[in-house]
Amino acid sequence: MASGHYDAIVIGGGHNGLIAAAYLARAGKRVVVLERRPRVGGAAVTEEIFPGFKFSMFSYVVSLLRPEIIRDLSLPRHGLHILPLESTVTPMENGDYLAGWGDHDETRRELYRHSPRDADAYDEYGRLMHFMAQAVKPILSMVPPDPTSFALGDLRALLGLGRHFRGLGSERLHALVKLMTMSSADFLDEWFETDVLKATKAASGIIGTFLGPRSPGTAYVLLHHYMGELDGVFRAWGFAKGGTGAVSEAIASAARELGAEIRCEASVARVLVRGGRVRGVVLDTGDELAAPVVLSSLDPRRTFLELLEPAQLPADLVADIRRFKFRGSSGKVNLALDALPSFTCMPGIGRQHRGAFSISPSLDYVERAYDDAKYGEFSRRPYMDIVFPSVIDPGMAPPGKHVMSIFVQYAPYHLNGGWNDARREAFGDAVIDTVETFAPGLKQRILHRQVLTPADIERITGLSEGNIFAGELALHQLFFLRPAPGWAKFTTPVPGYYQCGSGTHPGGGIMGASGRLGALAVLKNGGGGGREAG
Amino acid sequence: MSLRTTPFHPRTAPLSEGHAWRRWAGYVVASAYDLSHEREYHAIRNAAALFDVSPLYKYMVTGVDAGRLLDRVVTRDIAKAKIGQVLYTPWCDAEGKQIDDGTISVLDERTYRMTSADPNLRWLHLNAAALDVAIEDVSERTAALSLQGPNARAILETAAERDLRGLKYFRLTAAAIRGIPVTLSRTGYTGDLGYEIWVDAGSALPLWDALIATGAAYGITPAGILALDVARIEAGLLLIEVDYVSSRHALIESQKSSPLELGLGWTVAADKARYNGQAALHAERARGPAWQFVGLSVNWDSLEQLYADVGLPPRLPTTAWRTSVPVYAEGTRRQIGYATSGGWSPLLKQYMALAHLESPFASPGTRVAMEITVEHHRRQAAAHVSALPFFNPERKRA
Repeated sequence: MASGHYDAIVIGGGHNGLIAAAYLARAGKRVVVLERRPRVGGAAVTEEIFPGFKFSMFSYVVSLLRPEIIRDLSLPRHGLHILPLESTVTPMENGDYLAGWGDHDETRRELYRHSPRDADAYDEYGRLMHFMAQAVKPILSMVPPDPTSFALGDLRALLGLGRHFRGLGSERLHALVKLMTMSSADFLDEWFETDVLKATKAASGIIGTFLGPRSPGTAYVLLHHYMGELDGVFRAWGFAKGGTGAVSEAIASAARELGAEIRCEASVARVLVRGGRVRGVVLDTGDELAAPVVLSSLDPRRTFLELLEPAQLPADLVADIRRFKFRGSSGKVNLALDALPSFTCMPGIGRQHRGAFSISPSLDYVERAYDDAKYGEFSRRPYMDIVFPSVIDPGMAPPGKHVMSIFVQYAPYHLNGGWNDARREAFGDAVIDTVETFAPGLKQRILHRQVLTPADIERITGLSEGNIFAGELALHQLFFLRPAPGWAKFTTPVPGYYQCGSGTHPGGGIMGASGRLGALAVLKNGGGGGREAG
Repeated sequence: MSLRTTPFHPRTAPLSEGHAWRRWAGYVVASAYDLSHEREYHAIRNAAALFDVSPLYKYMVTGVDAGRLLDRVVTRDIAKAKIGQVLYTPWCDAEGKQIDDGTISVLDERTYRMTSADPNLRWLHLNAAALDVAIEDVSERTAALSLQGPNARAILETAAERDLRGLKYFRLTAAAIRGIPVTLSRTGYTGDLGYEIWVDAGSALPLWDALIATGAAYGITPAGILALDVARIEAGLLLIEVDYVSSRHALIESQKSSPLELGLGWTVAADKARYNGQAALHAERARGPAWQFVGLSVNWDSLEQLYADVGLPPRLPTTAWRTSVPVYAEGTRRQIGYATSGGWSPLLKQYMALAHLESPFASPGTRVAMEITVEHHRRQAAAHVSALPFFNPERKRA
């Protein structure tokens, strides 16, 4: 057994940790991934919670998984298949609905039914957002430059960014500034009059944040959706066959084939620092593993404050990370069903079940859901994003049966009085009762329900305060500020210790960019030696 | 009506949302049922896609000499085939140039079913001189469906109420689906787990209904030719009149190809009784074919750059193209071949093409350049030769 020495240790077997390990192994490094749980995946796991029914427990759609990662690691050969999620139906409180379909003409005709003016504006809006997404997109795959640094590389990158933005022209630059500063409700007000349209669009801008549609800064997140559209043809946006756990399994399989070792039920207690640099890790069992390079895919709080001693870090960084906002705001309800529910607004079972149902009937509805959370309660009538994974991939449930995934916002981590079993079930009841008003009869079809609060998400996945993005995706926590000024380039103040999780730029979703960029940062810096000399 | 409809048309026609039909051997079949073929494509790889493949030409070849006739015609060794086997094979003219390709099912020692893309009745008769054999064109009275995808077996096992794990790749069996006699062959044109179902035309509609009813719980999805075209490129399967010209239709010598040039060397038997084109093929094999039929993978960064140069994100052919596109030696203007089919693989996230390359440039990994038209201008995208198939899941044969 040559398990004593590694070139690199990756802490955490979520998708980013696995991607980092795969890239390091691909470069010839001897690398081990240490995962606390019995299975890899982190928040991207598929588990059979009820016999025969498979739940994408937490993360349920693949957002922007970078196509180069799919190709570099040959993930389709390892079982990755991303399936399109094409429609969104928003049931309205008056029994009507707003639908967005895969076909442009059909969507336009549907919008025309609500507002001929909005139907026209929709195309122009789409075009502007296309330009905005294109403007922001190059940033996603670059290592953020430090704006306060005078290092040549930083200056060059900043200069390039400056040129990039100047090249947009004043009209688009202004739109970009608006996107960066306005609330999604205000931004959408400039374009549309149909409330349910604005509510549905704005809802996509609040996912994973502790903000409401009328909170400034939420407009930016609208862009994320269009970045998906930009990649539309590349189709890295959708539902993974086998659930999101299948994404993790495919990456793990690729990493193993490339030579990486993956150890589950190996919980890291702390990172070993001696002589001013990283030396390895200590497991909960007390065992030590040595390596000149350690990467943490955990969130910034765990990476800096739990795995290291505060004394090993500069005081300002410790303060920055303490201020870094997590504030988990979402929960999840997973259902096993003996049949699909019919929605009052569009009765019957049909193609609408192949897409999402967005419970966002009006801007006021979504803002009221936020009001509850602002004062420490879960939303009595929450915003929900509902999908039926078994309709898209029949393998998720026994033939003819179904699974239903309900993403719920808001469920504040800091609930008044704290979360407990009774409060969890009360939250689950609020969710089901609300869905029932749009899809009467759902309750009789439920064979099993799993309710996950932010406290559960934290307990199971380790994500601090249950934040699904490993730290809020708010403007003040993005790009060169993610996770902290001066430490956004995947390095840390401890030589040899790197970050590669969603708490770094660009963060969030099953994107994998952080894992890849983290590994590339290690390799660029020499990577602690390789298997072959030279 | 000037074009014929297949026996399944009463079921397929109402499904066609976009009224998009394609001509195939004088019939019309769906291009796509949905407004886009995307979902139908994914069904092939994710669940099960149901194709109407009735327009195929089908011949029953029967009699004491049935096997001998087929052995005279095709390049594979029929005498060695077992009952219940299906053989994919090309057939050639006397110069060893390919006429057509199709399948031969060995139903018993005196009964064979041959499928082909083009009519071959006359060619079979011409080769049957002095043989005790009957050749019957059963194209119209035999309907055919193709059920392709990872759930295909589960659907057929339920519908036919029997275990099909024993039915190996390129084998067939008689079965009954809701009392309808059918032949199931583990064959297809997608490179996935899949079956073709052969049935009397009179039973076509009840068979369709039975499969749809059984398949609903497994995600069965009627699919059209556009989806099939993407899958068959991923599978590296060539298409007559697109990827090669039948020697029967070629007007000049350079339009013709031999099976050795088409990546079908494995179908050209080294030792069997005399057959059409044998001498020419043996000689060609000895000297090495001048051309190879290969896969091309277009380099993503190169493609992205070509579009970035004009300020656009990459545009990708989500519908497979079927035109001839020049391929060049890397960094030169020397044309070394041409691609005949190509498109974006939604599964592999890869721009792939099937191409004819001069043999010295055809080994996997060779860097080449493929012409791409970007905003009306001809540009060259870097590409490399890939081994075929692009996608080859274990379940295909397992």
